[in-house]
Amino acid sequence: MDISRRFRPNKSLKISFLSILIIVLTSNFTVFASGGDGEEFNPGEMIMHHVKDAHEWHFFDIGETQVTLPLPIILYSEKNGFVSFLSSKFHHGETSYKGYKLDHSGHIVAEDGHEFYDISITKNVAALFMGSILMIIIFLSVAKGYRKNEGRAPKGIQSFFEPIIVYVKDEIVKPNVGPKYQRYLPYLLTLFFFIWFGNLFGLLPGAANLTGNIAVTLVLAVFTLIITLVSANKNYWGHIFNPPGVPGPLKIIIIPVEIIGILSKPFSLMLRLFVAITAGHIVILSLIGLVFIFHSWQVGIVSTLIVTFINIIELLVASIQAYVFTLFSAMYIGMAIEEHH
Amino acid sequence: MDLITPGFGLIFWQAVVFLIVVFILGKFAWKPILKSLKDREDSIDEALNEAKNAKEEMAQLKAENEKLLADARLERDQILKDATAAANKIREEAREEAGKISAKMVEDAKTTIQNEKKAALTEVKNQVAELSLLVAEKLIKKNLEEDKAQKALVDDFVKDLNVN
Repeated sequence: MDISRRFRPNKSLKISFLSILIIVLTSNFTVFASGGDGEEFNPGEMIMHHVKDAHEWHFFDIGETQVTLPLPIILYSEKNGFVSFLSSKFHHGETSYKGYKLDHSGHIVAEDGHEFYDISITKNVAALFMGSILMIIIFLSVAKGYRKNEGRAPKGIQSFFEPIIVYVKDEIVKPNVGPKYQRYLPYLLTLFFFIWFGNLFGLLPGAANLTGNIAVTLVLAVFTLIITLVSANKNYWGHIFNPPGVPGPLKIIIIPVEIIGILSKPFSLMLRLFVAITAGHIVILSLIGLVFIFHSWQVGIVSTLIVTFINIIELLVASIQAYVFTLFSAMYIGMAIEEHH
Repeated sequence: MDLITPGFGLIFWQAVVFLIVVFILGKFAWKPILKSLKDREDSIDEALNEAKNAKEEMAQLKAENEKLLADARLERDQILKDATAAANKIREEAREEAGKISAKMVEDAKTTIQNEKKAALTEVKNQVAELSLLVAEKLIKKNLEEDKAQKALVDDFVKDLNVN
């Protein structure tokens, strides 16, 4: 009785993972089932189409019809002010609208060539909105659980997230940031769950590759950089501009290296997450692409098995990358606020 | 929409949305959650400390009790010892007293006996004297009557005297 109760969450977790896998696999097949006939199958194009951002949310094709969700395009230029319309007006890049059109790589360009800012709700922005709203709903209900079960054992969703929150707090943030860790907890907790959720949703069929987009990882890395620089103390700057124990002439070399170090840390954060997630997607899509290159169901069986295996690894990678990004952010902040000893 | 060139729109939305999420979660989720976790940790710590204190108090109480018991035991022993000593002393005293009394009684008895003896002797002497006087008187009286008879009489008296 006791044992079955203890394993129940694991079991439901397993079931949900499995169902995700099944959906991933089946949906990927529906995507390509139609791509096979007619034009030549181009694996590179297919993979990039899935990995990159887009102005429309493409789910699958039925025969010649593409099932897509048109997304709003929002443009701002000094010449035209704010311009907003649905991406379906472009008809998949075939027509121009209000003086704008899609180029072959999916960018919006002005027909007369004027400068403008593109703040459209793309596929990734839509995924960002949904993920963020989901995060807010989940963690507000977790917080509600603490109000309701005050002084009692956690229940439901609260008991699922509590160990993770406590783990991030006690194992990632506390030992790496140091005694003033409380101030950075809200940012680092949000960071961890944002990346983790983004990674997991990215694995869903037809979902956007949010955390595998360099713009997203760039912003997260820049936030960590800003927090590091804002909270950095004298000791930290002293180590950069006047490294202790370094003889005068060597400082000419060391100081630029230290300054590069400030930027290379967030740069590595940005690249690591982007590469890990995008590479995982590319591997899965390539293996599925093999089936359509060889036009063979035997290859299909083999690649299905391998893709299943890699999908399981990707679930692990999703957690590891969230852990690593948060860990390194905590370490960089910790290094910046460390007191002289 | 290139792979390695970050798009402006996504950077903009990511920054805005992420800041909003950090703000909302920080204010309405992380703050109460972390507070509850801290409260719980504190209450567990407190309970553990209380248990520890109670245990220490118990141990102290037990030690105190044992000390009290030991003290009581010591006192009891002392009292017993004292009592025994007192009893012995009393017994000794009683024996001495008894000895003295009996010695005195013996002494008194001896003195009485001595006195009685003296008195008896004196009496005997007196009676002997009286008797002697009587004998002498009768002798003299008889001597005057008859010599022979006188002698027989004296013999008779002496014979009586020996018997007494």
